[in-house]
Amino acid sequence: MTTHTSKQQALSHLDWLESEAIYILREVAGQCSNPVLLFSGGKDSLCILRLAEKAFRPGRFPFPLMHIDTGHNYKEVIDFRDQRAAELGERLIVRSVEDSMQRGTVVLKSADESRNKHQSVTLLEAIEEFGFDCCIGGARRDEEKARAKERIMSFRDEFGQWDPKNQRPELWNLYNARSHKGENIRAFPISNWTEMDVWQYIEREKLALPSIYFAHQRDVVMRGGSIVPVNVPLVNGDIANPVKAGEDIINMQVRFRTVGDISCTAPVLSDADSIEKIVLETATSTITERGATRLDDQTSDASMEQRKKEGYF
Amino acid sequence: MTTHHTPHNDSLLRFMTCGSVDDGKSTLIGRLLFDSKTILADTLTQMSRTSEKRGLSAVDLSLLTDGLQAEREQGITIDVAYRYFSTGTRKYIIADAPGHEQYTRNMVTAASTANLAIILIDARRGVLTQTRRHSYLAHLVGIQHIVVAVNKMDLVNYDQASYDKICADYLAFAKEIGLAQARDIRFIPISALAGDMLVDRLDNMDWYQGETLLEILEKAPAAHTESQEAFRFPVQFVCRPHASADAELHDYRGFMGRIESGEIAVGDAVTVLPNGYQSKVKAIQLGEANLHSAKTEQSVTLLLEDEIDTSRGDMIVKTSEAHEPVKQIDAFVCWLSETPLSTARTYIIRHTTRESKAKVGAIQYKVDVNTLEQQASSDLKMNDIARISFKLAQALMVDSYSANRATGAFIVIDESTNNTVGAGMIV
Repeated sequence: MTTHTSKQQALSHLDWLESEAIYILREVAGQCSNPVLLFSGGKDSLCILRLAEKAFRPGRFPFPLMHIDTGHNYKEVIDFRDQRAAELGERLIVRSVEDSMQRGTVVLKSADESRNKHQSVTLLEAIEEFGFDCCIGGARRDEEKARAKERIMSFRDEFGQWDPKNQRPELWNLYNARSHKGENIRAFPISNWTEMDVWQYIEREKLALPSIYFAHQRDVVMRGGSIVPVNVPLVNGDIANPVKAGEDIINMQVRFRTVGDISCTAPVLSDADSIEKIVLETATSTITERGATRLDDQTSDASMEQRKKEGYF
Repeated sequence: MTTHHTPHNDSLLRFMTCGSVDDGKSTLIGRLLFDSKTILADTLTQMSRTSEKRGLSAVDLSLLTDGLQAEREQGITIDVAYRYFSTGTRKYIIADAPGHEQYTRNMVTAASTANLAIILIDARRGVLTQTRRHSYLAHLVGIQHIVVAVNKMDLVNYDQASYDKICADYLAFAKEIGLAQARDIRFIPISALAGDMLVDRLDNMDWYQGETLLEILEKAPAAHTESQEAFRFPVQFVCRPHASADAELHDYRGFMGRIESGEIAVGDAVTVLPNGYQSKVKAIQLGEANLHSAKTEQSVTLLLEDEIDTSRGDMIVKTSEAHEPVKQIDAFVCWLSETPLSTARTYIIRHTTRESKAKVGAIQYKVDVNTLEQQASSDLKMNDIARISFKLAQALMVDSYSANRATGAFIVIDESTNNTVGAGMIV
């Protein structure tokens, strides 16, 4: 190979990823008339909030934040969500799966069925209510096989459906976020990030996180090979995941690698109580992020793809 | 920054792999991920379960890369997939494009963001029509570094003579199409299945003294580091927080965008195109930080000395490097849509952050991607590549694609469906 004298020093990988994400956020703001940023209080969406600050300050965000609440979220995360939105001084919209249940648009097969997949219904209802033409989310291509072919600007039809065979080609950094009324774009600014990139960015930017990401003592039981938190207090005072007859409660030191609906997010054994230790643990982990911790992805090889076709994020 | 033993990649390389189903492309990617320890235990368990179900004796590494249900059912890949791995010194993004003839558009898509292409050749079959097609497309889309990986060396008994002949054949062809003169081409014998010369050398090919594939990837220059480019800053968004409670911000006017090429420093004289207003850079901001200068691929906010009316779609350039906006362009276009190009219709061209209505002036000729012959043509169907001229309603600030991949590229949008139907590279 001929030796090239570098005219410019390349950006570090984190700087490059950050710059790409800022660019995508600004494209959404430039191309869409009524976008919204989906914000759960989880680590990926906290990175996106930081990126939005870098993209739009000293101005306000050109979009509100929105959380689709299953009603079965960890209280620590909900509190953190509200605190973060208040600190930023940005508008937070919360729409709840329980409201959809009351309207009759979400019907659970049983009281303890996971509400995670039903978020799609509530999300579509909220999109219609506010007339959003673009939802910004924190999904990453490395999370799951069905996501590896996801576009950065992903097109959804009037029913919120994702058709893998009918996605717009995406070339260079020329993103096409155009949509007709009723259609929708899902924009993923951190598509090209891995779990490790997210943790390194959190470490570099010194981002605060909900406490359940760090190692803590928790009552759990072993159910079907997974660690399942039990007797979890909810924001409304109810208890989620009550222990079942015959189960032994174990008090374990755990942390969460992903945060979602209580019924489908399992913690992992860990003593990582700082971001530095989490980065180390992530580097040496032998299990994928969703593999051990997302009970909903394990149903079949194609379950994420199925949910996405139905309008899931 | 704190010091610990986790990987801190100091750069990022985007590359693509070109090959057909039988070339072992999926196996190559699977092997790179596997040997760089990116595949974790649970994924491997799932892969071995699936391999067993299909009656295979060993874990099929290609399972890692065929993602969608529809593809698994058909046993082929139908769309570009992106994969990630990291070595601790570098983060890699792989664009994995299927190589069938009917998927020219996928190859062009994958190539558009890649700085290096691995072109796979089956050691038993040598340089084929598809090899020519992949090479031509990689050349057309401006990939700087070509790695010709002669795969399945295990099936020709790791024979050096077979390898040498394929290299000579390829080089002759590459000279013919101008690729050898314009690009950095390297050759490497590998076996993706056995793992020879990917991450580990193994000991089957002592006659090959060159670098392993991973060593080549680790040393390949990242994008924009090899030549001096003009400063190009398409404005994405204008920040005017005049309603802010902070009185100091009432006159704030920040031009937000990503530096597509070149460098800029505080004090530099700039021109805002297409209007030609001139000013100087007052400040460069990234988040809370004020920078003295900024470089290619950084997303920043520029503040200018003078109050200039500027909006999304304008382009800030250095006054010394300003170029003339144009209302006619000549380009190689790859058609991406199942609906053929209509010369009677008006399309939208998106170039950087700017859009213009466009009409086809003339289709000059079509390129047969297999024979590379030019053919007269009046139509353009999916996967066709043609040289076309467009007339524009709005002036665009373009460079030739060979000089600047960011400001030489555009997409064609069908206004009725909003679909992206074409990819253009300005001549």
